[in-house]
Amino acid sequence: MVADQPFAEPVPGVAKSDPVLVVDGVTRTFGGLVAVDVGHLEIQRHTVTSLIGPNGAGKTTLFNVLSGFDNANAGEWHLNGGSLVGIPAHSVARRGMVRTFQLTRSLARLTVMENLLVADQHNPGERLRGALLGGWGAAEADAKERAAALLDRFGLSTMVDEYAGSLSGGQRKLLEVARALMVGPEVIMLDEPMAGVNPALTQSLLTHIQTLRDDGMTVIFIEHDMDVVQEISDWVVVLAQGAVIAEGPPSSIARNRVVIDAYLGEHHGDAAP
Amino acid sequence: MLLVTSVWPSSATYNRSTVPSFARRLIIFGLLVAALLSFASPVMAEGEAIKGTLIVRLDDVRSPVEGVTMIVSQDGTEIGSGTSDAEGHWLIPVPGPGIYQVRLDISTLPEGVTLTDPDKVELPEVEVTEGQEKTVLFPLGEGAVSTVSTFERVGTLFVAGLKLGAVIALSAVGLSLIFAVTGLVNFAHGEMVTLGAVLAYFFSTSPAGPGWPLVVAAVPAILLGAGFGWVQDRGLWRSLRKQGMGLISMMVVSIGLAFAMRHVILVVFSGQRRLFSDYTGQSPVTILGIPMVPKHLVTIAVAVVVLGAIGLFLQRTKAGTAVRAVSDDPDLAESSGINVDRVITVTWVMAGGLAALGGIFFGVNEAVQWDMGFRLLLLIFAAVVLGGLGTAYGAMVGGFVVGVTVEMSTMFVPSELKSAIGLLLLIVMLLVRPQGLLGSRERIG
Amino acid sequence: MDLVAILRDGFLAMIGPVTAAYAIAAISLNLQFGYTGLLNFGQVAFLAAGAYGTSITVEAGGSLWLGIAIGIMLAVLLGAMLGLPTLRLRADYLAITTIAVAEVIRLVVRSSWAEPVTNGVFGIQGFANAFFDLNPFPPGETYGIGSWLVTGRRLWVMIVSWVVVLLLLLLVRRLINSPWGRVVKAVREDEDATRALGKNVFNYKLQSLMIGGAIGAIAGILLAIEQQNVTPDAYLPNITFILYVIVILGGAGTIVGPLVGALVFQFLFFTFDAFMASSQAEIGWLNTLISPAEAGQIKLILVGAGLMALMVFRPQGILGDPDEVTLDGR
Ligand SMILES: Nc1ncnc2c1ncn2[C@@H]1O[C@H](COP(=O)(O)OP(=O)(O)O)[C@@H](O)[C@H]1O
Ligand SMILES: [Mg+2]
Repeated sequence: MVADQPFAEPVPGVAKSDPVLVVDGVTRTFGGLVAVDVGHLEIQRHTVTSLIGPNGAGKTTLFNVLSGFDNANAGEWHLNGGSLVGIPAHSVARRGMVRTFQLTRSLARLTVMENLLVADQHNPGERLRGALLGGWGAAEADAKERAAALLDRFGLSTMVDEYAGSLSGGQRKLLEVARALMVGPEVIMLDEPMAGVNPALTQSLLTHIQTLRDDGMTVIFIEHDMDVVQEISDWVVVLAQGAVIAEGPPSSIARNRVVIDAYLGEHHGDAAP
Repeated sequence: MLLVTSVWPSSATYNRSTVPSFARRLIIFGLLVAALLSFASPVMAEGEAIKGTLIVRLDDVRSPVEGVTMIVSQDGTEIGSGTSDAEGHWLIPVPGPGIYQVRLDISTLPEGVTLTDPDKVELPEVEVTEGQEKTVLFPLGEGAVSTVSTFERVGTLFVAGLKLGAVIALSAVGLSLIFAVTGLVNFAHGEMVTLGAVLAYFFSTSPAGPGWPLVVAAVPAILLGAGFGWVQDRGLWRSLRKQGMGLISMMVVSIGLAFAMRHVILVVFSGQRRLFSDYTGQSPVTILGIPMVPKHLVTIAVAVVVLGAIGLFLQRTKAGTAVRAVSDDPDLAESSGINVDRVITVTWVMAGGLAALGGIFFGVNEAVQWDMGFRLLLLIFAAVVLGGLGTAYGAMVGGFVVGVTVEMSTMFVPSELKSAIGLLLLIVMLLVRPQGLLGSRERIG
Repeated sequence: MDLVAILRDGFLAMIGPVTAAYAIAAISLNLQFGYTGLLNFGQVAFLAAGAYGTSITVEAGGSLWLGIAIGIMLAVLLGAMLGLPTLRLRADYLAITTIAVAEVIRLVVRSSWAEPVTNGVFGIQGFANAFFDLNPFPPGETYGIGSWLVTGRRLWVMIVSWVVVLLLLLLVRRLINSPWGRVVKAVREDEDATRALGKNVFNYKLQSLMIGGAIGAIAGILLAIEQQNVTPDAYLPNITFILYVIVILGGAGTIVGPLVGALVFQFLFFTFDAFMASSQAEIGWLNTLISPAEAGQIKLILVGAGLMALMVFRPQGILGDPDEVTLDGR
C-alpha cells in the first residue's frame, strides 16, 4: 500500500513526489462569503485522496471550480502541468478529469446502457456528420462491450435496459460512478458517493474505489464518514471555511488537534445523513 | 391604388361583424386548411380603405390642401400612410375590416392652416366594414402653425417613456417575484394585466356594469386581480408543485393558460379596442415648457408610490423578509421555519393585484383590448431580463429603462418598430450581462 | 344533421396539405422540445422565415427553388441568432427570447418600414407558380369517391407535402437513433451531467435548434406555396402554441408523435368547425347564442385548456410511454 510509505509530510500545502493535480491560490466567494480559499494543494497520482470537512466547508464548491462548472475569483490549477483555468467543463472531462455530483444526476429517461454509452468519447456518430452518414456501428459495438463490463463490475448488468430513473437511489449512485468511469478518466472526483447508499452497497462501492486506484487512476473523494475515510484513503485533506487546515495520512489526521477542533469536535454527530 | 384580391379565405374569428355564412362557405369550398392559419387575420376582401378630402376655409373660400401626410395605424402599429393630392383627396388602403386610428401629421400642413380642433389630430376609432372605403373628416381652419421644438419633443417623449415604464414596472414586479419564489416564468402574466383592465372597464364604462367612476372601479378590479392570483396558485400551481412537475412543463402549462384566458377574454370582451369613459380627452398642461397630459403624470406618480411601498414591504415587514428569504433559498427558508407555501401564495396575490393595476393604467393611457397584456408581455420580459430576472428592484428599474428607451427611440426609428427596440435591449443584455443590472451571476447558469 | 358530411369534412381536412405542414412544424418542435428539451416558444418565426425567404426571393426575380433554399438558410440563421445569446443560460431565457423575437419579426415585416421588401400587411402573393407548373394532375379535375373529393391542385400539394413528411420523419429517426440523438436526449435529461461526461452541450443545443429551424422553415414554405400567399398576420403566436398541443398530444420525444398529433388535432379542429357550421345552419337560434366567430374563439379556448389538461393528466400524449414520464421528476 502506498500509505505505508508516506509520499509527503503531513503539513498543509506540502509538495508531493508526483502530483497529478496542483491547485494554487484558488478562491471563490459568494457575495461576502468566502466559500473556497485554498492556498496550495497537490494531489498525488495513483492515490485515493479524501477531501473532508464540515458541511459548508467548500468541498463541493472546490470541485465545481476545479471541474469547470464554476468560475474561481482567482487562482490557478494544473492537471498534469496543463492549466485548466477558464477551460469549460466538458473539456476538463475530455482532458481526463471527471467528476460526479453530490446530488445524483441520472439521465432518467435513458436506459442504464444508454447512460454509459453517452459517456463514451470515441463515437463518430456523436457528431452530426457521423450521425447522418452512418458508419459508427463498430465504435458503438466497442463501447457497448466496455459498458457491459463496467455494469457487470458494478452489479448493474441485470438492469441494462431499465430506465435509469427507475433505479433505487443507491443503484443510481453506482450508475453515476460507472458512467464517469466510462469516460476513461485519469482523475475521478467523487462528491459524497456513499451518501444515501445502504451499508451493503457502501462496502462494494469502497472496494470499487480501491480497485480504481489499483487500476492506475487517481481518486479524489468527498466523504463525511471518518470510518470510511480511515479505511480507504491514502491521504486526507481537511477543508474548513474554504481553506485547507490539515492534510496527511489518515492516521495522522485522526490525531490532529486542529482537525478535531474544527471538524470532529463540533460536527461529529451530523456526519453522513 | 392598391387593390388586393385575396386568395386567403378567413374565418375572421376576431371580428364579430363577419357574416354568419362565412364558416359555411369555408366548408363548402373545402378551403378548411387556410382557416387554421388565418383564424386571427383580418378579412382581406376587396379594397377596404380609409379616405378623405382635406379642405380649408380661408375667408369663406374653400380650397383643397395638398401634400398633407395621413397615417393609418391599428393597435399602435402603422398600417400605411398617404398624402393628399391637388384636390385634397387622400386614400389609404387597409388590409381588412376592423378598427383603425387615423392621424394627420400636423407638421406637413401648409403654413397658416391648422386643425380647427387640435384634439382631433387623431381619430382613435375608425371602423371599416367589409368592402368599405370609409370617409373620415379633419376640419381645417386658419391658424398659426405650431412648431414643436426639439426640447419639447424630447421632453414629451421622455414623459411618455416614464409613463410606459411605470406601466411595465408595475406589471413586471409581480412576474419577477413569482419567478424568485417559485422559479416559474409565468407566460400567462400578460393575461393578468388584461384582466385588470377589462374588469375596470366593466365596473366603470360597460353598459352592463354599475358605471362607477374609474378610480372607484379600480378597487374591485385590483381586488379581483389579486383574488385571481390566489385562485391560480391554490387551484393550479400549488398542486403542480406538489406533483413534482418540472419547471419546463409548468411553463408549457402557463402558455396553455395564457392561450385559454386570452380567448376567454376575447369572447367576453370582443376584439374591439375600447376606451374608459373617464380621462379620455385630456388636454396637455405645460410644465417646465413641456406639454404633459395629466393622466401620464398621475400614472407615473402612482407607480412610484406603489413601487416604493413594495420596496418597503420587502425590506421592512416580516412577510417581505420571508419573501426575500424564499427567493434566496427555499430549502433554507423552509428549514428555518418559514411557511414557503404561504409565502408563494402571498406573492401570487400581490402579483395579481399589481398586474391588474398595471393593466388599468395601460388601458387609461392607451385602450382596453383583449390582447393588450400579451403585447405588453414582451416589454415586461425585456424589463425583467434587463433588471435581472427574479429581482423585484431589477424589474422596477428595467421597466423604466425599457419604457423610456422604447419611447425615445421613436425619434430615430419609425414608431411601429418600438417593440423591436425593446427586444434589442433584451438581446444585448443577454449577450453583455445576462444576469441583468441587479441580478447575481449564480442565478442564471 | 348530416354526420357523414361532418366527418367527411373533418377527414378531408385531416389528410390535407396543411396537416402535413403542421406535422412538419411539429416534427421540428419535437426535435427541439421533445428530444433536446429546448423551450422554443417562437416556432412560428421559423415558419415565417421560410415563407418570407422564399417569397421575397421570387419577388426579387429569383427562382422558387432558390427561394426555398434561401428560406431554409434564413431559418437556420435565425436559429443561430436565437441560440447564441440564450443557450448558455437557463431554459427560460430561450423561451422568453423566442416568444419575443417571433412577435417582433411579425411586427417588423408588417411595418411600413419593411414594406418595400415584404409588402407590409398586404403580403406577397402568387410566387409559387413554378411549383404548380409541375403539377401532373389537371388542376380543375376532382379526384376521389362520391363526395369525398379533392381538386387536382390540392392533390398535387398533398402528395408533395406528405412525401416531405415521410422523408423528414426518416431523417429525424436516423438522427435520434444515432449516438448524436443519445447525447441530445442526455442534454434534455440533465445538462450538467452531460457536460461532466465531456459533451459540448451548447453545441448540441445549437445544432438541434438550427436543424429544427430548417425543418420549421420547410413547413412554412409548404404552407406558403399551398396558399400562394404570405402575409404577416398568418404568423401569429397562436401557431406556436397549437404546435405544442400537437407535439404533446402525439407524444413529445417519440418519432411519429408529431404526425399522430397533427392528424388527430386537425381532425378534431375541423370536425368541430363543420359541426358548428352545420348545426348553426339547422338551428337558427344557435346563431344568436354563439356566432360563428365566437365558435372559432371558443375552439381556441379549448386548445389552451387542452394544452394544460394534457400536461397535467397525460403528459406522455398518445404514443408516449407513461412509465417514462413518471421518471421526469425534475
Ligand atoms: N451558488 C451559491 N450561491 C451562494 N452561496 C453558495 C453557492 N454554492 C455554495 N454556496 C455557499 O458556499 C459554502 C460552501 O458550500 P459547499 O461547497 O456546498 O460546501 P460543502 O460541499 O463543503 O458542504 C456554503 O456556505 C454555501 O452556502
Ligand atoms: Mg457538498
